[in-house]
Parts: sequence; structure tokens; C-alpha cells
Amino acid sequence: MNTGSPNNTNSPNHTDSPTNTDSPSVHRLSVAGITLASRVIVGTGKYDTLELMRDSLDASGSNCVTVAVRREKLYDRDGRNLLETIDLNRFTLLPNTAGCYNAKDAVRVARMGREILKDLNNPGANWVKLEVLGDTKTLLPDPIATLEACEKLVADGFQVLCYTSDCPIMASRLKAAGAASVMPAGSPIGSGQGILNPNNLKIILEYLKSDDPHYPVIVDAGVGTASDVSQVFELGADGVLLNTAIAHARNPVLMASAIRHAAIAGREAFLAGRIPKRLYATASSPEEGLITSRPY
Amino acid sequence: MPRDPKMISIDFNGMKYQVEPDTPLSKLLEAFKFSKRFCAVEINEEILPKNQYDTYLVKPGDKIEVVTLVGGG
Repeated sequence: MNTGSPNNTNSPNHTDSPTNTDSPSVHRLSVAGITLASRVIVGTGKYDTLELMRDSLDASGSNCVTVAVRREKLYDRDGRNLLETIDLNRFTLLPNTAGCYNAKDAVRVARMGREILKDLNNPGANWVKLEVLGDTKTLLPDPIATLEACEKLVADGFQVLCYTSDCPIMASRLKAAGAASVMPAGSPIGSGQGILNPNNLKIILEYLKSDDPHYPVIVDAGVGTASDVSQVFELGADGVLLNTAIAHARNPVLMASAIRHAAIAGREAFLAGRIPKRLYATASSPEEGLITSRPY
Repeated sequence: MPRDPKMISIDFNGMKYQVEPDTPLSKLLEAFKFSKRFCAVEINEEILPKNQYDTYLVKPGDKIEVVTLVGGG
């Protein structure tokens, strides 16, 4: 578990942070030119207190967090800004366009996020987690507006990490539009339903990686618990992005730790290669030398 | 409240305010106790670079948005 960087300097040095050196390369995530310490990206919303958020981020092993752009006011009851709680030397901030329902708003919000980050000397300054929603009830993405916003942001120099549905055709279109990472949803945001269509995720991974095996695909949204995270990685995804599964767990810090281990387990299982599923059993003990008789 | 003819009207984060003419944007941020370090400012939907906070003087009818980063997923 990471307990903060004792080597903080005024300028972020994510490559040399203890978080990174403690993490074997197979468990790091490279996206948009930055190598993250963990394959888990965590949200910073919905926590009861900033302290609980900080401790959960620690336990997750992640050094990349999503943040939202909102009108300035004092959000914490003690009048603290979120950025005073997050160690900016340690965490890459990934601003989102959550709450946007058209391309124009998403581009505007992304630019405001970049404007805040560029003076903070954070590696995520030109990153954006693009989400353009189509409906307030499902929070499912509007595919047409998402593609339009993605094209505009790529043209404006952004590294776009693009939230989308689990549709393989849409995922291919977004990659072709220049998204630095395509981020299909496992299930609706905050629903905790896990991976509803693993077959679509497999097809997305096949399509996006066929001629570009290192292209990062990050499953974003829908995670309910640790096994969902393991499944994401067992399917071959490069990363997972989650918020509610940790923040609304009965014990967020413990769940963050479980998610961290689940990501490691899932990735190692993927690299190890699962056995094929068979209809019938295959004995693990030798057939030879049996002193017993068979029933048939 | 009667309108002071010397004051100008602006829209600041969705609320109407009366301010002195030619108030620098930075003075407005200070009045609201907003952290210049952690914010971005838009005037009439155009981003105002941080190095212009002291020199930009608010104009009648300006629509000003000041945003920061908050918890989100």
C-alpha cells in the first residue's frame, strides 16, 4: 500500500515516484504518453469526507484520479478545495466533462479543466475524460455528440480518454477519430451491475488492438465489486476506471484495497492464460496406478 | 435595493451583481475568496488567461464563470 511520497518536490516527477518503482511494469498503465503506477484510475466523487477519499485513494494504489469541473464555491464543510487534499506531485489529474449533454458544452468544460491544470504543472493538463451523455436517467453516452466532441478536442491538442458504450463499431470510430484511449462502459455509470456484455468488450479489444496491441482500452463505469475488476482484466482490458464501487462501499478504504488486488489478480490471470472451458471433467490425478475400480 | 447609477450589472456564476465600473477581475475573485491558483475564468464564454486577471476590467453585461475542480468520477 502506498502511503504518500516522501520525495515530493515542487515539480511532479511521476516516473520516479515510489508508487511507480514499487509497481512491476505489468501492472502499470501507459496512456497518452504517461505511464501510471497502476491500471486502476479512481474517481474522487461521492465520498463522505475528503479524508475518507484520501485514504481510499491511498489504498487503491492508483496515482491517477478523475475530477469534475464545476462553478467555484466552497465544497467542503471546512471550506477546503479538493486540490488541497490531493497530493498534486503524486496524482495525475484527469478532468472529466461529466454533466455535459452536447458537444459544445463538453469542449467548453474540457478547455476550462485544461486552463485550471496547466498552471499546476500536472501531467494531465491536456488530458480529458470525455463524456457526453444522452439521457439523465441512464447516463448512457450520446454517440454522435461524443464523436463530434472527440474530433474537436483532438484537433485542439487534447489527449482524449473517451467514455463510450460497449458498442464495438462506436469504439472503432472513436479510435479512428484520435482518442488516446477508448473507455467502454461495463454497465451504466454508478449502477454497480458489473460487465453486462463481456462479448462486446472482447470484440472491442480485438478490433482496437488487432494492428495496435498497445492501444489502451480502459473499462469505465459499472464496476460493483472486486470480481468485476478482475473480469475486466481477464478479458484483456488495459485499465479500469471506477468511483462509486469504492466511494459507496460500506468500507471504502477496504474496498479500494480489494480493487487494487483484483486488478493485479486479473491482469496476471490474463497474462498467464486461462484454460479453455470444457463440457466434461478432466482428472487432475493420474489415471495410471489406480487401486480402485471404475463404476462402468 | 435601488440601483446605483454609477454601478454596472454583471452576471457572475449565474447570479446578477452590481459592481463598480472598471473593477479588475482579480478584485472580484478576492471579494468572493476564490483561489486564483485553482480556478479558471470565462468571460462571455471565452477563457481569460490567468495573466490577465489583474488587467481585465469588468464591463456592463459581462457573463463571468469561475470554475474549479471538484470530486467526480
